[in-house]
Amino acid sequence: MISAYYYNLLILIGINIILALGLNLITGYTGQLSLGHAAFMSVGGYASGILTVKTGIPFLPALVIGALVAAALGFLVGLPTLRLRGDYLAIATLGFGEILRVTFLNLEITGGPFGLRGLAKETNGLIVFIATVIALVVIWSLINSRVGRAMIAIREDEVAAEAMGINTTRYKVLAFVVGAFFAGIAGGLYAHWFRYLNPASFGFMKSIEILCMVVLGGLGSTTGAVVGAATLTYAPEFLRSFFPVISEYRMLFYGALLVVLMLLRPQGIMGTSEFSPLKVYHWIRSRQGVKTTVGSDS
Amino acid sequence: MPLLEIKNLTMRFGGLTAVKNLTMTVEEGEIRSLIGPNGAGKTTVFNVLTGIYQPSKGNAFFQGREICSLRPYQVTSIGITRTFQNIRLFGNMTVLDNILIGMHTRTRSELLASVLKVRATRTEEAEARDQARELLQFVGLAGKEQELARNLPYGQQRRLEIARALGADPKLLLLDEPAAGMNPQETSDLMELITTIRAMGRTILLIEHDMKVVMNISDRVAVLDYGEKIADSTPQEVQKDEKVVKAYLGEG
Repeated sequence: MISAYYYNLLILIGINIILALGLNLITGYTGQLSLGHAAFMSVGGYASGILTVKTGIPFLPALVIGALVAAALGFLVGLPTLRLRGDYLAIATLGFGEILRVTFLNLEITGGPFGLRGLAKETNGLIVFIATVIALVVIWSLINSRVGRAMIAIREDEVAAEAMGINTTRYKVLAFVVGAFFAGIAGGLYAHWFRYLNPASFGFMKSIEILCMVVLGGLGSTTGAVVGAATLTYAPEFLRSFFPVISEYRMLFYGALLVVLMLLRPQGIMGTSEFSPLKVYHWIRSRQGVKTTVGSDS
Repeated sequence: MPLLEIKNLTMRFGGLTAVKNLTMTVEEGEIRSLIGPNGAGKTTVFNVLTGIYQPSKGNAFFQGREICSLRPYQVTSIGITRTFQNIRLFGNMTVLDNILIGMHTRTRSELLASVLKVRATRTEEAEARDQARELLQFVGLAGKEQELARNLPYGQQRRLEIARALGADPKLLLLDEPAAGMNPQETSDLMELITTIRAMGRTILLIEHDMKVVMNISDRVAVLDYGEKIADSTPQEVQKDEKVVKAYLGEG
């Protein structure tokens, strides 16, 4: 068995992958810069947490209801704000995230600044694993469908997409709703793992952290979002455990790592391409000087 | 009843009147051209017809239906599609995907069906791909399916834009300077393509600067100058029209 330390780390990685996948759909594929993704996570967390603690609804239904509440909020926020473009949308989502944080800070039902306590430890590795796989499969099928094509078209050229008969507002809102739904799932899993929720955990910095994962992995690459989330979750821990000398300055190195990675690969680790074992195989073969019959595209 | 009827259309941007009281018709099955010197307001007419701009005054009717209050995606769904003067392909997507997006209004799969990959979705997707390949063959881009649109040479990008517009199965196709930047060979291929598209039963409204194209394939030509229509007749008549010659060459 793996140690509790790594078990905890893997669960965090899973939760962050789900968050990154959702934001990648919104920002990476549909091209709508959102700086409030953590807010949807907090909604899922608080909604499912309040349900299990105050009403005694079992964990799994509460998790799904929490995600649906987050999705509904995504719809309500997306409808007016997604008419904005670029920087304006970013500011609006940032404002929305802060409004929600302050709201949770002042509500009684959320425990205000003391946070929501008394949650049962319902989340485990298996549930996180299943949720991560479901998120991956859903996002993957979505991207490779008519709906996903419409979303990517919006990112590529919104005017042309609209001219091709795509109701751009509708698909932007749809991306927001699906992204918010998965953020809600991630929030519910997070809540029932740490058994404590505090509004401060879901501020602007958390949204930026998720955005960093997506950008680092490669905007518009599903496998990139996975790689980005895993890397950025593990990096601070790696710096702590393998370089004890610098452990006190690890966040400094973490920041430097981000800067260096972005300088070396501004398009992200994966760019917009996807990781596939077949490509790796062809790449290795071509390195060995063996001619492959099936050409890879690189 | 004409297929498209533009009535007293005026488009103002602040103090600038880009199109002034334009009335013109497009009959079903014709190749209709709209020409004029740079800045005459031709593209503005397209932008009004496709719902990008709301006209300041006047209206346009497609098969008797008022279209100026429609959003761009709704205009496409009733049977009007366009190409752009500055090519606007989805550059980072494959050639095939560009066509499939053009077919958006003819396919139905929504969120749940797409995620669950139900049988109807898979059938629809397979059929759409077949039709998209046929369209690529039609415009002479067979074999380019998996290339990224931005990697195509210029002339092929223009053709891909036309194929993408045809993907929506439009009754009326608006072409905004399709011959711009093409060499003589590409231009003559393009003329052939346009006449073939008309022969398939589609109507074409064409903006073009290349007079060889306009005069050779148009049935009727309208001439805009500073937003006003100064001539509207057959290509032969228009070429002889004094006002047209003056607009293009200035006064001697």
